[in-house]
Amino acid sequence: MPGQIPVVDYLVLGDPPHLQARMCAQCDALYFDRRNACAHCGRRDFTWKALASTGQVRGYTQVHRAAPSVPVPYISAIVELDGGGVVKANLLDAQLDDITPGLTVTMTTFVAGVDDDGTEAIAFGYKPVKEQG
Amino acid sequence: MSSGDIWIIGASMTPFGRHDDKDLIDLAAESALDALGDADVTINDIDILTMGNVYEANSHNGQRLQKQIGQTGIPVYNVVNACATGATALRVALLSIKAGESDIGLAVGVEKMGKGGLIGGAAKKRDARKVYNPSGRYGSVLKTEGILGTGIMPGVFAQAGTEYALAHGVTATHFAKVAQKNHAHSVLNPLAHYRKEFSLDDILNADVIAFPNTLPMCCPNTDGAASVVVVSDAKLKTMDPDVRRRAVKISASVLTSDPWVEGGQVQPDVSTLTRNAAAAAYEQAGVGPEDLDLVELHDCFATAELIHYDNLGLCEPGGAGDFLDSGAPWRDGKTPVNVSGGLLSKGHPLGATGIANIYEVATHLRGEAGERQIAGAKIGLTHVIGLASACAVHILEAGVS
Repeated sequence: MPGQIPVVDYLVLGDPPHLQARMCAQCDALYFDRRNACAHCGRRDFTWKALASTGQVRGYTQVHRAAPSVPVPYISAIVELDGGGVVKANLLDAQLDDITPGLTVTMTTFVAGVDDDGTEAIAFGYKPVKEQG
Repeated sequence: MSSGDIWIIGASMTPFGRHDDKDLIDLAAESALDALGDADVTINDIDILTMGNVYEANSHNGQRLQKQIGQTGIPVYNVVNACATGATALRVALLSIKAGESDIGLAVGVEKMGKGGLIGGAAKKRDARKVYNPSGRYGSVLKTEGILGTGIMPGVFAQAGTEYALAHGVTATHFAKVAQKNHAHSVLNPLAHYRKEFSLDDILNADVIAFPNTLPMCCPNTDGAASVVVVSDAKLKTMDPDVRRRAVKISASVLTSDPWVEGGQVQPDVSTLTRNAAAAAYEQAGVGPEDLDLVELHDCFATAELIHYDNLGLCEPGGAGDFLDSGAPWRDGKTPVNVSGGLLSKGHPLGATGIANIYEVATHLRGEAGERQIAGAKIGLTHVIGLASACAVHILEAGVS
């Protein structure tokens, strides 16, 4: 059975998969990258925070022209997560017309590539939460 | 006694466009010599040279320029600050004068953009064997562009625009109207890269680069240079009356960088640093947005211009769509914006852009803008933003020295 690896280390392939951020111990600012200090308050102590899998689309675009290695078109979205944190990812299973102010989305994962050992790179994206009815 | 004011006494810009027959130094020399001539001085009069350039910034271009136009032994500062490079070069010269180290400075900005543009080139050829190993600050195992959204410029500025659209109800047509205006304006500018009008339909139906930005809503790849000569108040008083008559006062010069905001690590926040720069500039100059006769702002993409109406205080908060619909930013409107054609049509040679904006406003304040002159212009504002992230705002006033 092939192994799996997250495309970025802030994606945790647990059950369920979720994002985690480094959180400043002083001011609660959140970061996805390895930190030297907090860009908000300058402190150097961090804890981990698991982020929510749901949020609202704050901004978006549909990219049609990109470098040759990038398949187009795709929708890029900035998602404001419930309970804190802002993330950029692809919006999946959606059309431009679906995007309205406050659109609620939920995280999903997909295979973004496979290496020569058969290891799958798992990426994340967001899809709209369809209203029941 | 010196008032401490700094004045522009010479300004120039090369035609913007493709200059395949000229190298970087040819373009820089052309604009530098034109600015010196415009100021009625020579390189021998200059106390400090600052050189702005992005893509060849490790080539000591200031010194290369001196070897072409005059090696006088003065200090040279090679400056790079993304798209705010030219404006930053001007500020370095200005700060030297304010510090009392220099009386007269020459600031040059230049860029040869090539054909790659702002969407990036082909990926590097991979090694024969592909094995995923986390690397870099995010522990990534592959290139995430296009997988975890987009970070390239058309997409970043598109997302900044749609964020404003979702919050304030502007539409794709509003953004297209920005491009319609700037392309129409450029028809009057003999130095612009493009001088062609587009209808709203042409713009909306053109190839999409990053929605809502279509091709005519993105700045072209452009080569060019621009230069200014700046002097202290005391120095200006010693100069020829004709030079003094044409002098333009720099009433405010401000540079900011990104303050921390939530989410700024994943999507550059082009608004907060612009708002901060504008507020500081209005205070420094003692004028408000209602006093401006023209504005040259950083329309690298049509989506950027619309949000900067709001960021620069040209409209009510959230009112950029109404401001545009009212006709205010057209050349015959209340606050003409980018009457040069802007970056969208005039072109955007990164290192030159900040000084080119200064050139445009100064030329109007001198009453020398020809067909595109804004009649009676007395006060103007220039704005550039470079990712990630620098914002320069200058306020210029027609001089009475």
